[in-house]
Amino acid sequence: MLNAEQLDPEGMQMADTQPTIIAPALIICCSALLREILDFCKLNHWSHFEVQTITAELHNRPEKIPAAVKQLIDAGKQRGQQIFVGYADCGTGGLLDALLSQENVERIPGAHCYEFYAGAEQFAGFQEQQLGTFYLTDFLVRHFDRLVIRGLGLDRKPELLPVYFGNYRKLLYIAQSDDQKLQLQAQLAAEKLGLDYQYEYSGSGGLGHALSSFNRQIAVQLVQ
Amino acid sequence: MNNFGVLPMSEEIYDDEDLDLSTLADDELVEQMHDDLYDGMRDEIIEGTNILLGRGWSPDKVLNTALVGGMTIVGVDFRDGILFVPEVLSAAGAMKGGMAILRPLLAETGAESVGKMVIGTVKGDIHDIGKNLVAMMMEGAGFEVIDLGINIPVETYLAALEEHKPDILGMSALLTTTMPYMKVVIDTMVEQGLREDYIVLVGGAPLNQEFGDAVGADGYCRDAAIAVEMAKEMVAQRRAA
Repeated sequence: MLNAEQLDPEGMQMADTQPTIIAPALIICCSALLREILDFCKLNHWSHFEVQTITAELHNRPEKIPAAVKQLIDAGKQRGQQIFVGYADCGTGGLLDALLSQENVERIPGAHCYEFYAGAEQFAGFQEQQLGTFYLTDFLVRHFDRLVIRGLGLDRKPELLPVYFGNYRKLLYIAQSDDQKLQLQAQLAAEKLGLDYQYEYSGSGGLGHALSSFNRQIAVQLVQ
Repeated sequence: MNNFGVLPMSEEIYDDEDLDLSTLADDELVEQMHDDLYDGMRDEIIEGTNILLGRGWSPDKVLNTALVGGMTIVGVDFRDGILFVPEVLSAAGAMKGGMAILRPLLAETGAESVGKMVIGTVKGDIHDIGKNLVAMMMEGAGFEVIDLGINIPVETYLAALEEHKPDILGMSALLTTTMPYMKVVIDTMVEQGLREDYIVLVGGAPLNQEFGDAVGADGYCRDAAIAVEMAKEMVAQRRAA
């Protein structure tokens, strides 16, 4: 994980020198990333970001994500904010990219959060190693019962478990934090789904890199 | 029992456990089967299917009137946001129960199929819920369906096309990382001069019309019901040409 010393000082400098005339930069993100983004900003002493979230439940209807993101982009642009989108493609099938290209706004590279946390190359390795891997992040472990068990209706219809997970073999927990309690919860989740369990620590991974890149970018723009 | 003492009366009036399906007239039984499909009651669908067959209904009449009719209601309510994926899967499970009885009988009657489809989930992808729903609804609509399964490489698709000579190739993907493989298959078909011999339909949660057009498919199917409508229309057009 990056730390404050590794980041560019210019963005901080500009935020400090012109705090009253520049609106805080806006990060529009899936609520699944909120905790990690806030932690990362805090760790790096970034107080010049405003974070707005869209519910993670939209992942069950990804076609609705672009419209929700656009609404927040429009509002942010009206306030004159620099904007970054804290989403991967997230199942929008390129629709989010089409919107962001029109709006000239960047997002986190990658297809899904578990991919950018792990890193594209590492993730490709996981996929190759075991087709049929179900991925969890810290957020998904915390909200496993709500998003997976209740979200898929498995609380009401447990007989659907093989329909959903019959082709899966392994649950891989890609962890952002080193938290024993979450590791235990992830193991229990694997047991519930009847899958083998594997743990990998990623830290903030590609999310951290993307945020740092955005931070540098707005610092450069402010200097210019 | 709740605090208001209402439940016992409700149970007395609405409890379906005592309902003897065999006592219902044909139209009532079909209506009840639509309700049972909607509620994903597999055993009741199997029982209803057997009763209708026992009354001399032809297998295709049972299939179309009771099962496909019921699944059409499920499909419409899913599209309208009234039903959700778990309910649709339960309904599909119930329909499968009826299909298992009807399939061999339909084969015996030798009825000409509406068309033939080879279908599979693309290489690198193990998700088959949508594909299975499409396969079942296509079968219900009278298509012969050859389901290749999951994680299908281009060579397997091409071998199946060669072996079965279908009207339609159907490809499914759930992941944005695997859906580009559809283009690999279609491009290979073009290279080998096979593309025009088949209708290619694609579907899957992250796909959209633009993607379907970009990879060169004949149709993008947003859901199983649309897949059936599109398949029927395209096969009819092709045969009329």
